[in-house]
Amino acid sequence: MIRLPAITALVLGLCVAPAFAQESPDALVKRVAEDVLTTIRSDKDIQAGDIAKIRQVMEVKLVPNFDFARMTALAMGRNWRTATPEQQKQLTDDFRTLLVRTYAGALSNYRDNTMDYKPLRMNPADTEVVVRTEVKRSGQAPVQIDYSMEKTPEGWKAYDVVVAGVSLVTTYRDEFNDTVKSSGVDGLMKALTNKNRGPAPPPPVK
Amino acid sequence: MTRCAALRVCMTLLASACLLLAGCAATPSRIDPLAPWNRAMFSVHEVVDGNVVKPVAQAYVKYTPEPVRSGVANFFGNIEDLFVGINNVLEGNGNRAGDDFGRVLLNTTFGLGGIFDLASMMGIEKHNQDFGITFGKWGIDQGPYLFVPLFGPTTVRDGTGTVVRAFLGPITYIVTDVPVRNVIYGIGYLNQRAQALDTEGVVDTAAIDKYRFIRNAYLRARRFQVYDGKPPPEQDDEGQ
Repeated sequence: MIRLPAITALVLGLCVAPAFAQESPDALVKRVAEDVLTTIRSDKDIQAGDIAKIRQVMEVKLVPNFDFARMTALAMGRNWRTATPEQQKQLTDDFRTLLVRTYAGALSNYRDNTMDYKPLRMNPADTEVVVRTEVKRSGQAPVQIDYSMEKTPEGWKAYDVVVAGVSLVTTYRDEFNDTVKSSGVDGLMKALTNKNRGPAPPPPVK
Repeated sequence: MTRCAALRVCMTLLASACLLLAGCAATPSRIDPLAPWNRAMFSVHEVVDGNVVKPVAQAYVKYTPEPVRSGVANFFGNIEDLFVGINNVLEGNGNRAGDDFGRVLLNTTFGLGGIFDLASMMGIEKHNQDFGITFGKWGIDQGPYLFVPLFGPTTVRDGTGTVVRAFLGPITYIVTDVPVRNVIYGIGYLNQRAQALDTEGVVDTAAIDKYRFIRNAYLRARRFQVYDGKPPPEQDDEGQ
């Protein structure tokens, strides 16, 4: 009885996966962003500040569209090669957890905003593009959010997010570099683990 | 606040400042030559803000109805739009300045003194602009990074911009009754602090070192603004 739905899901998944692989990067960003925003706006628990629920939504809808291994490698810069494969895996996992925690907190504040998607100009042969969007907030200047995307066998994936000119990867490169310089790769891994073990962000007060 | 609580705040403040000055985490660098001083100021800020200002701002958000807070934010935002327009003129962005002054005109009259942001509803977009950005566009170097308790991250150039802006009022010149004026300033400050609460929560979760994270994000965001959203690639400091 359990096997049947699993097989159906697998078959369905096989049919659906190639369709998404064809999806252009800007269409992907728009589909995922709208999907997440719609979920956040309609979910009563999330509105009440249930961070665990937001994280669950992120794991399902956002995480598969990011290349965390590349993000971690980029954020580590030259220190990436000095880490062992096990350390690299651990670092990627910890960085991913940190980002999911951070964005779960951020997303819960974003429900009243609307997104504006800029037209993308790309050649069919391109394997790296930047998808530009803008978040519109009432009574405030819009915030530009750019996604650096790469083409992978599983479709387009994001490897950097640039908010108002501040790149996530570059910001963390400073954090990681300084930490590795003062306490080594082990020190960085410890800092990330401690960070992830710390208290979750408080729900918004609104 | 009772005298005992005030004393405790002072003690913690002093203790953490001493700890930080004694600590070795603050090494001066090219972008942050005053790092030891800034780190000490940051810890002073964290204590004063965390114990006094932040709880007040949180209470303001919790107990003030959303429409009232929006009205307050719009009122101060409308005054700021006037200076956004002036800075766009100084930078030679005529069209943008036109939008900004149009916003002020519309919101001050039909938006009842700026309480309603009608211009945004009509699609006239709000801009970010200030004297610091203008000075940057004129080619003035940002100078050393500064962290000022209760004001936050800035640089010598941007801080000068803030001082220029403060001298231009206009509340100082319009409202002559000192107590009333101070109340308006207080509400303006609270409004700004309340708006930063969401971002702050994100920084708390994201940063390994909060001081460093805020500094780097601030400097990059400002650079982005000075270059109108198209900054040249950064010099890689890896090779040093």
